[in-house]
Amino acid sequence: MKRLVPAAACAAGLLCAGCAHVQPPQPWEKAELARNVMKMDTDPLESAFFSHIYFSKEDSKGGDGVGGGGCGCN
Amino acid sequence: MSRNAIPPTVSSRQRRALPRGAAAGLMGLALLFAGTLPARAAAVGDVAPNFQLPATRDPQSGAPTVRLADLRGKVVYLDFWASWCGPCKQSFPWMNDVQSRYGSKGLEIVAIDVDTHSDDARAFLAALPPRFRVAFDVQGVTPRQYAIRGMPTSILIGADGKVLLVHNGFRAEDTAEVEAGIQQALAHAQN
Repeated sequence: MKRLVPAAACAAGLLCAGCAHVQPPQPWEKAELARNVMKMDTDPLESAFFSHIYFSKEDSKGGDGVGGGGCGCN
Repeated sequence: MSRNAIPPTVSSRQRRALPRGAAAGLMGLALLFAGTLPARAAAVGDVAPNFQLPATRDPQSGAPTVRLADLRGKVVYLDFWASWCGPCKQSFPWMNDVQSRYGSKGLEIVAIDVDTHSDDARAFLAALPPRFRVAFDVQGVTPRQYAIRGMPTSILIGADGKVLLVHNGFRAEDTAEVEAGIQQALAHAQN
């Protein structure tokens, strides 16, 4: 019991890390993300319609589009 | 209230146990985080890390390899590419052109394929046959060594083995700048 408390505190400290040590995929590991099925908008026409309706309702424009850094390319 | 209802004495050793355990846990956390710190990128001015990679898609023992140390004395243009990388399709014809124009002046282009399945590269290389060296890094050792930030990344290494230029991505409008860097490096190497 005497040794259990510091051991438990140690374990709790490590568990607090959670998934923090898990790194996001590196740029050269993004092969799966580059596949066509991974695209958020597979149908450009559908995306265009959606954007038109959305921004008509919002009465504003912009803010959408690819950030350019998602796949790591360019 | 009973006479024995006195709070149990806790020894000073027991009192120190909890903060000690917590400190050990925090140190373990710190070590975990230290392991996730990004490796220092191959920055301009650093000596380019050496590597040895197979030059064929299905390496067997005795298959030819590409070693950076063997290319010391030449200006090396290192390009990290993959079959799934769009801009790489544009970069290959340009690299073919650059190799043919500057090869006689001491330029060696080494294109490292980072596909985890080198079969994926087969169609790419069939469509865009390279006239420069291609190496295959299935394990992803060299991109980690050079700590590249995007795909594709090209690194110009001078004849002395030091990094001269690190370029992220491939865009047609940037080729002039990169080519100027190559010309400068070749001129410097010949002196």
